[in-house]
Amino acid sequence: MSDNTTGTNTAAATSTAETGDTSVHSMDGTSLGDVTGVEGHRPAPGGKATSVPLLGRDAEPAIFEMSSPGRHAHSFRTTQVPEWSAEELVPAGHLRPEPLALTEVSERDLVAHVTRLTHRQYSVDLGAYPLGSCTMKYNPKLCDDAAALPGLIGAHPAAPASCTQGWMELLCDLSDALCEVTGMHAVTLQPPAGAAGELTGLLLMRAYHAAQGSTRTKVIIPDSAHGTNPASVTLGGYQTVTVPSDERGLVDLDALRARLDTDVAGIMLTNPNTLGLFEEDIAEIAAAVHEVGGLLYYDGANLNAILGVTRPGDMGFDIVHMNLHKTFAVPHGGGGPGAGPVAVSQRLAEYLPGPLPQREEDGSFTWRTPEQSIGRVHTWHGNSLALARAWSYILANGGDGLRRVAEGAVLNANWLRHALRGTYDLPYDRPNMHEFVASTTSLKKGKGLRALDVGKRLLEEGFHAPTVYFPLIVDEALMIEPTETESPQTLAALADALIDIAADEEGAWKAAPRTTPVGRVDEARAARTLIPTWDALDGQP
Amino acid sequence: MGHYVPHTDSEIAAMLADIGLSSLDELFDVVPAALRLTGGLGMADGLSEPDVLAEMERYSERNRVGADLVCFAGAGAYDHEVPSATKRLMMRTEFVTAYTPYQPEVAQGVLQALFEYQTMVARLSGLAVANASLYDGASALVEAVNLAVAETRRPTVWVSGGVHPHWRAALATLAAGTGHRIVEIPLRDGVTDWDSAPDGETPGAVVVANPNYLGVIEDLAPARAAADRHAALLLGGFDPVAAGLLRSPGADGADVAFGEGQPFGTPLSLGGPYLGLFACRLDLVRRLPGRLVGRTVDVEGRPAYVTTLRAREQDIRREKASSNVCTNQTLIAVGAMIQLAWLGTAGLRELALRCARGTRYAREAVLAIPGVAPLTGGPVLREFAVKLPVDPAVAVDRMAEEGFLAGVPVGLRDGVTVAPDDPAGERGLLVAVTERRTRTEIDAYAAALEKVVR
Repeated sequence: MSDNTTGTNTAAATSTAETGDTSVHSMDGTSLGDVTGVEGHRPAPGGKATSVPLLGRDAEPAIFEMSSPGRHAHSFRTTQVPEWSAEELVPAGHLRPEPLALTEVSERDLVAHVTRLTHRQYSVDLGAYPLGSCTMKYNPKLCDDAAALPGLIGAHPAAPASCTQGWMELLCDLSDALCEVTGMHAVTLQPPAGAAGELTGLLLMRAYHAAQGSTRTKVIIPDSAHGTNPASVTLGGYQTVTVPSDERGLVDLDALRARLDTDVAGIMLTNPNTLGLFEEDIAEIAAAVHEVGGLLYYDGANLNAILGVTRPGDMGFDIVHMNLHKTFAVPHGGGGPGAGPVAVSQRLAEYLPGPLPQREEDGSFTWRTPEQSIGRVHTWHGNSLALARAWSYILANGGDGLRRVAEGAVLNANWLRHALRGTYDLPYDRPNMHEFVASTTSLKKGKGLRALDVGKRLLEEGFHAPTVYFPLIVDEALMIEPTETESPQTLAALADALIDIAADEEGAWKAAPRTTPVGRVDEARAARTLIPTWDALDGQP
Repeated sequence: MGHYVPHTDSEIAAMLADIGLSSLDELFDVVPAALRLTGGLGMADGLSEPDVLAEMERYSERNRVGADLVCFAGAGAYDHEVPSATKRLMMRTEFVTAYTPYQPEVAQGVLQALFEYQTMVARLSGLAVANASLYDGASALVEAVNLAVAETRRPTVWVSGGVHPHWRAALATLAAGTGHRIVEIPLRDGVTDWDSAPDGETPGAVVVANPNYLGVIEDLAPARAAADRHAALLLGGFDPVAAGLLRSPGADGADVAFGEGQPFGTPLSLGGPYLGLFACRLDLVRRLPGRLVGRTVDVEGRPAYVTTLRAREQDIRREKASSNVCTNQTLIAVGAMIQLAWLGTAGLRELALRCARGTRYAREAVLAIPGVAPLTGGPVLREFAVKLPVDPAVAVDRMAEEGFLAGVPVGLRDGVTVAPDDPAGERGLLVAVTERRTRTEIDAYAAALEKVVR
């Protein structure tokens, strides 16, 4: 960092790396700070949101508080249909005695209310969002437009195939691309989220074993796994067996072998794992699991790291779910909708949920349900518009662009880990993939700075917090995934902010965040005195 | 290509130097050489944005929608108006590009919108608490059943044959893992014949939908009585538009309500993303699946919102969790809240009334066609099923040539509704009429149908 006005934190922390060299300008004298400026001028970071103006400190009223009897926003089409009364249309005894009270507001007030709510919300479009394992990359606006085309949004899901040929072609093309990216044979697009994909995959595993006449009861997952994994295992009718990580942060191969027997249906792995580390022994793991007749399930939460570099199918995985809302830039929507397609190897293809879109020899498209399908996992064909968004993103990137995505993601995460070395604990300080896990264990001991505090304080610096307290195997964990779409300047500003927070001797973090629409929220009270609706408020503040 | 990776070549070189590497390939040295993809992905190179849009328009134009195929199909996916206010507000990128509200101090927008959504869904269902959404109607049914089985510890579930066949299909798929025993109870004269439920096994849950898949209004009292005989929970499926006129499932004794929220602000979209509606009694809240927003205060005592009772959720309970739901349908839920506020108290009733009026008018016109008769008995509200003199799938194809999506083929096998593509059983056509259909369209539809079934 060569900027004289914002301190030299990052430069000091930026070293040549694995050698432990702490000199500021390393290698042949270059460093990020030297090249990001043009004629001495350093570009401003594009992903720092501290300029967002806040107009006041009041709470936003609930929409129900704005209600004024008789006011309304609605407007209906003129249809000339006869105007029978409710009593004429609804059998006695079924008619609601009084209209259902919602709210009575003007369109102007509704739009103002909702727009003010958006001003109380952080988002990728405001700034960097380094939430580990969430892949909060920029969502290209192109994909919004692509998924809003009238022929896509207007199609009824039960319309005959002759009327939805365009959609079916799109879904076939997307299916082919997802198979290529994962190295698998066939895919279902129905699962509407990652967790739904996991459960679908486990049911495929169950169907496969049942067809072999085998009743296996256990599924192995690493202790660093996402919480959805064990929950899905239970819903899939299996018992979870946990395998520990070794000192490298990778699956402990000996411990895994000790747990493998013919009662093991399979193993669920995220690779790179939630520490951001590539499971280097994956070939050995695959061989060992396959040897006892088990299957390998790939949790695609971290697929972004390996696009065009390596493929789950080539690693030996049999079942792969993808989070299109992570890897393929479908926006997260404040928590959904996402899409969690599941791809499988050839021996599992006949168990996939149906119907599947299929390309016929004459160039037309039909729906086909596999012979031994486990059945539907969604009312219709999955979160179709999310699928269309992902396909437009894949078209824009192409095979070359997807590889560049992985390179950018891994470069950014490694650079940031280096920048934080010496400031934060790095319990697994080795080359990482798209994310890494830091810890405040030493800072907590020294001055009481917890991972939670770092996250809250970072909000004041114009960045979203990293994922905190996950994975569970790291104390005071800060799981950081910058993604490929953040510029080096944004990364440097993020690193500066994190280093400043750690250097603070005054304990400013204790009161953080102070610049946000509300201060620290009383979560204990929310759980103790549950107020899940406006109607439950009853005099509470 | 890589339009969205901003790094310049010199920046990449400097960053690599900072971390002691000399090439991007070295970033992947941890990947064993044997596993590395040589030669890249077998895919075309990236396209420019205008070229992508042109390609996407090509797909779009190969579907028949809108005025080209006037929609009389429903079956859980309805052609309702989406007003400009809802459309525009749902595009606000602060909602669109936010993550799950894990940092409540910077997520009050999404959290408050979800709190308002929960309030509206609770009111619609007549129950005390609603979650922040599930994936779709099918997932809402599945989660309701999982809740009931966990609560009663009895894995047998009686499901009305009038519940959406695709929802029942998803329930059957997932029952392979949970081990639930699903018993389907047939319809008689269009409504569930609870008297035909088998003796012997005691159900933990009784599931009914009102209106049912064939559009028939069901009385919840016999279902409630069946549940009471076995101390089972009653799970009531509901149509949130019909709820503008009908008594709520909660008022009629349902312990849990589930439904499909697509009608509020979400276009047909080939079936997704839609919106799973889920509500339950307050005393069941600790088994509520998915996210729940609660109101609380911040350090200064100001009102604030936060996801709460988090100990229910998969990331904390892990293998002991009764639901694995993490990502949900937040943006669609926020859209539904906006749409419901736009409709307002009078507008929701007016919407339901207009659908019911169009349905009455269309049903009378269709039943006047020689050879056409009701598929079942029972009163209907916003959708109706008829027997045709020709195969309903054939009728749908011919009607498409006339510019209409005539409806959805339906069938009854031993009194249980079957999926549209299932050719078995007693066949019919399910017709839905929303507030968008004009008298002129309905008249033209009936005239065309008379022609194609002749």
